[in-house]
Amino acid sequence: MSTPTADPAPATAAPPPRRRMTPKQIAVWGAVSLIGAVSWAVIALIRGEEISAAWLVFAAVASYAIAYRFYARFIAYRVLRVDDTRATPAERLDNGVDYHPTDRRVLFGHHFAAIAGAGPLVGPVLAAQMGYLPGTLWIIVGVIFAGAVQDMVVLFFSMRRGGRSLGQMAREEIGPVGGAAALVAVLAIMIILLAVLALVVVNALKGSPWGTFSIAMTIPIALFMGFYLRYLRPGRVVETSAIGVALLLLAIVGGGWVAESALADTFTLSGEALVIALVVYGFVASVLPVWMLLAPRDYLSAFMKVGVVVLLAAAILLAWPTVRTEAFTDFAFNGQGPVFAGSLFPFVFIIIACGALSGFHSLISSGTTPKMIMKESQIRVIGYGGMLTESFVAIMALVAACIIDPGLYFAMNMPGPALGPTLESASAAVTNLGFTITPDQLAAAARSVEEATLVGRSGGAPTLAVGMSEILSDIFGGDAFKAFWYHFAIMFEALFILTTVDAGTRVGRFMLQDTVGNVWKKAGDVSWKPGVYAASAIVVAAWGYFLWVGVRDPLGGINQLFPLFGIANQLLAAIALTVCTTLLIKSGRAKWAWVTIVPLTWDVVVTLTASWQKVFSDDPKVGFFAQREQFQAALDAGKTSLGTAKTPDEMRQVVLNTTVDGVLAAFFAVLVIIVLVDAARVWIKALRAGGTLPTHEDPYVKSTTWAPSGLVATAEERQIMKERAHEEAGAPS
Amino acid sequence: MTAPPRPLGQAAGQVRARLAERLRTAWLLLREFSGERAYEIYLEHHHRHHPGEPVMSEREFWRHHIDSRDRNPRATCC
Repeated sequence: MSTPTADPAPATAAPPPRRRMTPKQIAVWGAVSLIGAVSWAVIALIRGEEISAAWLVFAAVASYAIAYRFYARFIAYRVLRVDDTRATPAERLDNGVDYHPTDRRVLFGHHFAAIAGAGPLVGPVLAAQMGYLPGTLWIIVGVIFAGAVQDMVVLFFSMRRGGRSLGQMAREEIGPVGGAAALVAVLAIMIILLAVLALVVVNALKGSPWGTFSIAMTIPIALFMGFYLRYLRPGRVVETSAIGVALLLLAIVGGGWVAESALADTFTLSGEALVIALVVYGFVASVLPVWMLLAPRDYLSAFMKVGVVVLLAAAILLAWPTVRTEAFTDFAFNGQGPVFAGSLFPFVFIIIACGALSGFHSLISSGTTPKMIMKESQIRVIGYGGMLTESFVAIMALVAACIIDPGLYFAMNMPGPALGPTLESASAAVTNLGFTITPDQLAAAARSVEEATLVGRSGGAPTLAVGMSEILSDIFGGDAFKAFWYHFAIMFEALFILTTVDAGTRVGRFMLQDTVGNVWKKAGDVSWKPGVYAASAIVVAAWGYFLWVGVRDPLGGINQLFPLFGIANQLLAAIALTVCTTLLIKSGRAKWAWVTIVPLTWDVVVTLTASWQKVFSDDPKVGFFAQREQFQAALDAGKTSLGTAKTPDEMRQVVLNTTVDGVLAAFFAVLVIIVLVDAARVWIKALRAGGTLPTHEDPYVKSTTWAPSGLVATAEERQIMKERAHEEAGAPS
Repeated sequence: MTAPPRPLGQAAGQVRARLAERLRTAWLLLREFSGERAYEIYLEHHHRHHPGEPVMSEREFWRHHIDSRDRNPRATCC
């Protein structure tokens, strides 16, 4: 651990490159601004007629370009004062393993693959119940001023501290209380995250032999790849991944055959059976050696992730689908939406976390990525640019959800118990909401993707899969390929999620062992098998509990759990932004601290309002405790059913669930307040001390290397590269 | 048209050479992204910082490389 040192004199920092824009640049950026302005005008102002999804994509891309060019540059050079003459941890501590200067393009890929998973695909789909505009606005504005800023600033400060984790930085720069609260928050969030993601998979796979077979096959495929890499061809990662992807596609096709064969019943599982399978899988996968399952899964999902994102972007740009949702539905204002309860503010900002602002990213931006970055100025493309890319994925998910028939959207996403057992009852439930879809249309939609039914398939993944299959089959293969693309989309989401479940359980296990190891040394030994098994079992049991409860929830699980996950994720963002603000103030940059204070304030207002409503709201649809009282009162009055809870047992279940959820929401809010108050103490201390306090920044070491800043080298940078190559060739060392 | 016309074959050759160079770079980046260059990186690092010391064989290295993740789990996000 380093001792506190004062910030080095700013004189060592390179002056921000300030050049006048050439007329050509002015023309280009003028055109980009114009495209952005027109697109925003179209999506914000046109009412009563359907617009093309292209406008959403244009508005997003133009806004990202302007933000990256101007705002990210301002933050990097004026606020953070990145200094390319300063050696990064990768250069100073290079050990060829975790500290290693990595090509910025490769690191961009790694960072993106680490931050983006199923999150940006699920949140926007659920938020589409309020119409396309709330989600679009928050995803684009949120990423520019909050999410990408958080990712880049955390990356910067961790890079200046040898790649320290967020928890360590909170402890060192705020204090032990803030640090402990941050650690507890991380562990709690991990558990909720794993439960919610696993619930998405269960909802996508229950009663679907095709999906279940394909996903089940990923396990033998990963095992095969693991053995192949270990014993047959060590180190041939690309070759192994190519074989894996081919087998994966075969598994999707094979799922179609299985669904029509005698094996179909074997792979038709109930929600409960899938939960048991997932819990067993999660436990086994987290104690098996990494080479068998986790490493090959990682290879597969990294390739699939990048491949699918590119495929979907290309398909949207080629197909120009039409948005069929309204800009705002009534649910945006009355808070009575069936997918999740609560009105636009604050719940859109809770439901869409990944893609706009995701606290989880701060764990990737501190830790792995900062140890591999070559040049300080590259934080702009990796931190800010990586998050913009994730945001773009979220926009595409939103598009996929908004191009499907709103009637079908609600039939898929309403809680199962509210939809009833038949297509007729589902159709009636949707009509009650003010949308229309006939039982025949529901049957036809299920038939087109070769599923028994699409009704009540909440969780986001199936909706996205339907949207993707419409877009992709429009370009590749036509209607005959709809079922293939649907299951392709399900497969790739489930693949990410299972990888996250596996890796997350492992991380949770390590954190638990580390914590317990402080009081009982033996438990902290990660090679002591009983300790490993016990810690894994505890972590799996924790998320397994929420998963089990979510699947059996009489009120529908995802609509109860997802807001909790969003609150937890945004809470972590509040902690990350608080750490950033603290560091900006302590290092004498209080006048620039608004860069993180603005998103922090917004995030805290949103999170605390949402927690407040979840805890104290009188509306039983929104407030957990109000809901608890409603069911408890009904039980006390001797009623045997209430709403979608049809038996006293189910009612007691609701009472228990709402208690747990309510306590958790309150607990999360208290954690944020603790961190904030503790940090505010440090801010005041720093400002009173004349604007600076010592921080734990590593001392300046001069860099001896050079590398371009952006993804693509500029003409000037190429010239420097040529000269340097020439020098090296002329004077070999 | 003031520039002297170049022989067509030479220009095409240059384009081909540049294209081959681009493809080589892309392949290298893909291999590095996938993690396949880990052994090469280890060798480069070893030669630069610990010249003369014995190096792990390829098989030995990969075992060590993947098993090290058993002790250092990496979180992926949502």
